[in-house]
Amino acid sequence: MLTNDLMSNSKVNELPSRVVSAKTTLPSRLMNIWQARELLLFLIRKELKVKYKGSVLGFLWSMLNPAIVLGVYYVVFKYFLKSSIPDFALFLFSGLIVWNFFGSALQGCASSVVGAAGIVKKVSFPREVLPLAQVGTALFFFFLQSLVLVLFLAGFQFAPAWSYLPLVLFGLIDLVILAAGVGIFLSALNVSLRDIEHLIQVLLQAWFWGVPIIYSYNTVYDLFLRHPSVKWMATLYLADPVTPIVLSFQRALYGHVTYVSANPVPKIVAGHLEYINHNVTNIVLATYPYHFLVELLVIVLVAAIAIFIGAVKYFGNVEGNFAEEL
Amino acid sequence: MTSAIEIRGVSKRFRLYHEKYTSLKERVIHGGHVPYEEFWALKDIVADISSGKTIGILGRNGSGKSTLLKCLAGILQPTSGDVVVRGQLAAMLELGAGFQPELSGRDNVYLNASLLGFTKKDIDRRFDDIVAFAELEKFIDNQVKYYSSGMYVRLGFAVAVNVDPDILLVDEVLAVGDERFQRKCMDRVQQFQRDGRTIVVVSHSPDMMRQTCDEVMVIDRGELITFSPPGEAIRAFRDRLVDSGFAPDSEVGETVKDGVSSAVFTIKKRVVKIEDISFVYRDMEDRNYVITDEPLEVRVLLDVSETITGASFNLTLIAETGGILFTSDAGTSLSGINLESGKRVLSFFFDKIPLLDGRFGVNIDIRDTGGVVLDLSEQSAYFEVMNPSRATGVVAMPLSIKVSTPEESQWLKLAQ
Repeated sequence: MLTNDLMSNSKVNELPSRVVSAKTTLPSRLMNIWQARELLLFLIRKELKVKYKGSVLGFLWSMLNPAIVLGVYYVVFKYFLKSSIPDFALFLFSGLIVWNFFGSALQGCASSVVGAAGIVKKVSFPREVLPLAQVGTALFFFFLQSLVLVLFLAGFQFAPAWSYLPLVLFGLIDLVILAAGVGIFLSALNVSLRDIEHLIQVLLQAWFWGVPIIYSYNTVYDLFLRHPSVKWMATLYLADPVTPIVLSFQRALYGHVTYVSANPVPKIVAGHLEYINHNVTNIVLATYPYHFLVELLVIVLVAAIAIFIGAVKYFGNVEGNFAEEL
Repeated sequence: MTSAIEIRGVSKRFRLYHEKYTSLKERVIHGGHVPYEEFWALKDIVADISSGKTIGILGRNGSGKSTLLKCLAGILQPTSGDVVVRGQLAAMLELGAGFQPELSGRDNVYLNASLLGFTKKDIDRRFDDIVAFAELEKFIDNQVKYYSSGMYVRLGFAVAVNVDPDILLVDEVLAVGDERFQRKCMDRVQQFQRDGRTIVVVSHSPDMMRQTCDEVMVIDRGELITFSPPGEAIRAFRDRLVDSGFAPDSEVGETVKDGVSSAVFTIKKRVVKIEDISFVYRDMEDRNYVITDEPLEVRVLLDVSETITGASFNLTLIAETGGILFTSDAGTSLSGINLESGKRVLSFFFDKIPLLDGRFGVNIDIRDTGGVVLDLSEQSAYFEVMNPSRATGVVAMPLSIKVSTPEESQWLKLAQ
């Protein structure tokens, strides 16, 4: 009712009107965010410039962290723990790229409003832009890392599963909405509970290991299925919204669903114990068909949108107190 | 006239925490219970700010005036009620809020203006004006961290006033930079007024309000006391200060004895007593202040116990600051008065009160023919002057202006 009243007024006055009220509706909040898109871009640019001074070397430097993580995991899991996944580096990279975005976006979001206390207390703008700028910044680095991944693929002359490539785009959309939703929620929560930004670091660590990035999805899924008592955990495992996205990325970019390994099988031959190599087909990735992955991504999309809307609502409810709580 | 800002029953509640637990850990330790007291910083404020007007919000510290401004700016959300703002609004609560030291002046202009809600196109068009106004042409591509504090606020001000808002909210920040830049800022604000834009200024300086505002809201303890032309509003503001025992009252209180120092006089025998002093305003209007240049009658109630012949009177006017503004000449017009015993009312007439606003004290003393003090008012009586004009100071000097040629005015002759 309020908005209608406003609209008619603004038509008369031909000036944009704005209502400052504790009760802003969700559409008007979303509208405000949309109208602040230029500000969002400026904030992302600011973030990039401040962090990396806008220099090429600065951006290269930003790749150091993910490169080291990738290198360490590769060495540890390939050589120390003898992961049998072929082209392990690529397997790792295609999943890690998803997590790097998600993790850094959420971590950036958590402290975004508290970190911008100076402007939150003095300037009025849709505050959701602050966490969104963090998501945008993370997205920028996601693209940088994707570029490196493409170079990787080209360098190894490794062809992605072309037919699955649309899943990458779909998965990315899911991922951005999900990160934005969770990020907006965390940024608001961190205003009243300041240790959220530290807590989230630990939680992200745990969450990371729950997503099949370093190990194969099937290993864990089968494990759950084989034990009837924890069968439900298999469902839960797939219910992690990040998992289907990672699976899609891996399926499209890495593409080895199965690999054949020669397994030595012990056998008594003429009174002697001998090992005979049997070819065994191992499953690396989920053997889900294309349409099932799409279905999973649609479910994630619905969930992500629901989380996003819930987060914007929550943010709107507590936003009025930001200026006084900071 | 359309309204630029409609304040519709705005209330704002703050929670005052005895001890704020700002982490999950502390919350858990304290069982999730956080004791707090409620405090209403604003109580049901209703006001309509017409577009094109310059409005002041006056109140002492902690009165809620800044909270109101923040609600208008959208920085704080009212607990109940709402504010409708028509037009692009820029708030100058802090100059250069959100400036990033690592970024160049140029980037900061874009970021800051975009925080204020302006589009890139707007900023592109005004960029050169902004830089010229801030006088930072040479330094615009330097990082802001190398700016002096003066350069910093100049840039902040330049952004806020040059992006062309329909409504400008200002929080006592006009005093920036050197005197020349301050002048420039004031000029820009006046330019704004001429352009018919709406300005809302928050201040605790009545003089500043008088000089710049069309109307003033007085806020005290979260309530809107009045929303009226500056003269009236400033008077109401002063009333509030007195009611709540704030500065001017206590200042005057200390100076009561400065007017007539009772120690000098010794009353040998009380033949007359000044019982009360009151004021009669023009046309007996039911009000308790006099408007600048209006007449004023001071009535003194006397209890005369013995008939006095040839008494003389002194009336002393005391300024708010405590100094004596005026003491009448007892020897002439106010002398040779005969008082019969009983209650008597004495009237003093001022043809006009050429004072600007303030609270003024009146002291009376009565002497006999020999100049011996018979009685004096122990406490000053006060009247207030409400100044409807924009003049500031103490005395309303009669002043006019005329234009003529040097010949007409015999300028050369004067110069020689």
